[in-house]
Amino acid sequence: MTGPATIFDRPNRYIGTAEPRADAARLLQGRGRFVDDIQLPRMVHAAFLRSPHAHARIVSLDVAAARAMPGVAAVWTGAEMAAHVTPWVGVLTHLAGLRSPPQPALAVDVVRWQGEPVAMVVAATRAEAEDAVERIEADYDPLPAAVRMEEALSPDAPVIHPEFGSNLAWERRVETGDMAAAMAQPGVTVVERTFRFGRHTGVTLEPRATVMDYDPAEDRLTMHYSGQAPHMMQVVLSRHLGLPEENIRVISNDVGGSFGIKIHTYGDEIAVGAAARLLRRPVKFVADRMESFMTDIHARDHVVTGRIGVHADGRIAGLEIDDLTGIGPFSMYPRTSAIECNQVLNLTGAPYRMEAYRARGRVVFQNKNMMCQYRAVGHPIAMAVADGLLDEAGRALGMDPVVIRQRNLIADDAYPTTSASGMKLDDLSHQKTLAKLVEVMGYEALRADQAAARARGVHRGIGILSMVEVTNPSPMFYGIGGAPIASQDGATVRLDAGGALHISSSVTEQGQGTNAILAQIAAGVFGVDIGRVKVTTGDTATVPYGGGTWASRGAGIGGEAMLLAAHALKEQVLEVAGVMLQAGVESLDIRAGKIVDEATGAERMGLADLARTVYYRGNELPADLKPELVATRHYRVSDMPFVFTNGAMGAYVEVDTDTGFTKVLGFWAVEDCGRVINPMLVDEQVRGGVVQGIGGALYEECLYDDQGQLLNTTMADYLVPMAAEMPDIVVAHVETPTKTSILGAKGAGEAGTGGAPGAILNAVNDALAPLGASVWQMPITPERVLRALGVVAD
Amino acid sequence: MTGMARLTCRVNGEEVRAEVPVRRNLLDFLRNDLGLTGSHAGCEHGVCGACTILVDGVTVRGCLMLAVQAEGAEVVTVEGLAESGRSAALAAAFTARNALQCGFCTPGMIASALEYIDGGGGPDRAAIRAHLSGNYCRCTGYQAVVDAVCDVIGGAAK
Repeated sequence: MTGPATIFDRPNRYIGTAEPRADAARLLQGRGRFVDDIQLPRMVHAAFLRSPHAHARIVSLDVAAARAMPGVAAVWTGAEMAAHVTPWVGVLTHLAGLRSPPQPALAVDVVRWQGEPVAMVVAATRAEAEDAVERIEADYDPLPAAVRMEEALSPDAPVIHPEFGSNLAWERRVETGDMAAAMAQPGVTVVERTFRFGRHTGVTLEPRATVMDYDPAEDRLTMHYSGQAPHMMQVVLSRHLGLPEENIRVISNDVGGSFGIKIHTYGDEIAVGAAARLLRRPVKFVADRMESFMTDIHARDHVVTGRIGVHADGRIAGLEIDDLTGIGPFSMYPRTSAIECNQVLNLTGAPYRMEAYRARGRVVFQNKNMMCQYRAVGHPIAMAVADGLLDEAGRALGMDPVVIRQRNLIADDAYPTTSASGMKLDDLSHQKTLAKLVEVMGYEALRADQAAARARGVHRGIGILSMVEVTNPSPMFYGIGGAPIASQDGATVRLDAGGALHISSSVTEQGQGTNAILAQIAAGVFGVDIGRVKVTTGDTATVPYGGGTWASRGAGIGGEAMLLAAHALKEQVLEVAGVMLQAGVESLDIRAGKIVDEATGAERMGLADLARTVYYRGNELPADLKPELVATRHYRVSDMPFVFTNGAMGAYVEVDTDTGFTKVLGFWAVEDCGRVINPMLVDEQVRGGVVQGIGGALYEECLYDDQGQLLNTTMADYLVPMAAEMPDIVVAHVETPTKTSILGAKGAGEAGTGGAPGAILNAVNDALAPLGASVWQMPITPERVLRALGVVAD
Repeated sequence: MTGMARLTCRVNGEEVRAEVPVRRNLLDFLRNDLGLTGSHAGCEHGVCGACTILVDGVTVRGCLMLAVQAEGAEVVTVEGLAESGRSAALAAAFTARNALQCGFCTPGMIASALEYIDGGGGPDRAAIRAHLSGNYCRCTGYQAVVDAVCDVIGGAAK
């Protein structure tokens, strides 16, 4: 019998090949099924009145004129909606001490950020709903706003939630080793810098979108959901609308980008569910782009002071960080807004050996839009701080960035081991990965080019970064803290009468190619042509129960469940075949849709023959044979809190010292995501991640004034990377499969976003160093570069 | 209530007669009135390019044109490009290169790429990148899109 250990060498090998995605054709013909494409009978449309103030008391809301507008079906104020939706609290017990007050779907009495929904109009068309929103008379009494996180904890700052007495939401400390002693050793050079990371956001090209369809006959609510975690959303709706979980169906078809943005609980979307139930008709809400900028979760917003001490030979003696991060007026539900800070503390310096590590993180409330988990949660901060400090230390010692990393990276043969922050690490390959990066980027030649350019007065810089990435999370990520978020995922594989496989999985597709890799795994492990595998994901009514796709877990966890299910079904089918053919199960195999002789490959029976006999003519089978042509398996990571991956990235930039403009000339990413299931999909995901990371490093920032007004709420004002600014990106792999699964796959989706910002920062500072300048704030805008150069003064 | 107007135009080769609110943009008309949901609303202010369509052979932003402005015009959407086979080579190259992930930008990307190719554009990566700079993609990193366009141009030249 072929066991799981040999699945990678089978004749129907799809794991590891660049299979094109079956669902591409549909999207290329304009036949996608995005939420806004749904038109249901009697459907009405929602629009929201949103707070124009960062912090204000609602004095009065007069909705009478709005209710009288043409096409209007209903209007609810926040207080009225509160009768139908219970508030939520974004805390988890494993984040000890985290606090956040109850948050209503729509603001009641007080508004706490500009853009917070205040009232809801439902009308025949979105245009009519917006017309009616314009007629709501709202009177506010503005309150002092706590906007800048650096001032949010000062004694004279306005306290956003008076019952808490301060704006501190959470604080955590980590201490390993004796920091004072480590730093005080003779010959230790200490470097300290303060890093600032601006707020940015996901800018999913498809905005947040929801259609809620309520059937009063069965008391059943169907949510058409543009998001990542259908089963989580089922629980959230159940809890806060007061419907049994089983009466809620959440369906995700095509999702136009999510990146973590669409995995959270947004009051406007939950209110749409309540409206559908109250009106007994379908209600659609699609955020417009201004609403997206004001209310899609923002990301980052950190100030980190970091100190590193290095010995004369480059070895790290100690690393110390103090992270302050602003999360808006509430902690987001149900994942909380403290996870990013937690990750920063866990991950900073994790690729490196050190004698002492000390970290403090503080998470503060402020009157800005809410901040929460976006792609590469915490990683860009952790990696840029550690590697930025390491480069500064290297400059102080006159040591090359590659050399100082070689001195400090945890050795490839040192696993399993534990990071200074206490993270369990296994199956990593930092040294091999860095060596491969040096090779693929042609490091020496680039240094020569840099020197030649410098001689011409052109300032180029090379940035190197080594990183870890958290993937395949276990229950330790959310479930342990009480979040209704499954850490295990399930897969079902069914052999149909025609000999095709129908597979379903609880992980979800947002364009990564989840469905494609699930089909590759099922086809290869079971033994059919991939064209005969049909995939269903994203429907709580039909797929196994599971967590969905986030934290780079779709391939590693969902893929392993699929492997186990396909292998189980194969064993079940071979058992039936053995009886029908009067042959030993060990002498049979399934290849290319046929039962074959294991040794010779000779065909014994078609799968369709077997399946049709079982389904149609069971009378031909022995009475004691109970064929099962469907198998379901679940998988969770049980022996590690997370399965870490590692990578190394290199950036080559040119800084124009007259304009301050940074051009990315080249980018290289070497990634170890374990076993690569589909190299084409992985490479383009890494590239897409790098581009989002470059966006955060150079362009993207949600700019607030000191009154808490968001200044850039259009795509013309908020810059994202476009085709012309981006270089070709070279991606290479080192494959160290994780021992936690048979498949051996780790995540790959977030590495680029986590590593690119630090690589770019290091490259810019490499370019600026001979000019005596450096930049420690992202995005690295032309203005900030010119200020660093002293060309522009305050 | 806004005013209504009569509209007659051709969409993907078929004559369309409709009465539309004068304030309705062409994108909403195509999506909501005609059920042609391949063109997408990403920003509704002409920046993201997800609603790029062809009007009288020229790429336009469906969100920046009122439906009534299409009076007498020949409108072609991604559905029409696919149905007529005009986008077939690009679609094959996009699939082979995985030049799409979520697929939301893809219909607009196809229209812009087709304009470049049909306009005689060469396999010059910088020129292709410049031409596609009106089309946001948040997933791919653009490289595979450029590869796919080059493949089509290279294939046509052989």
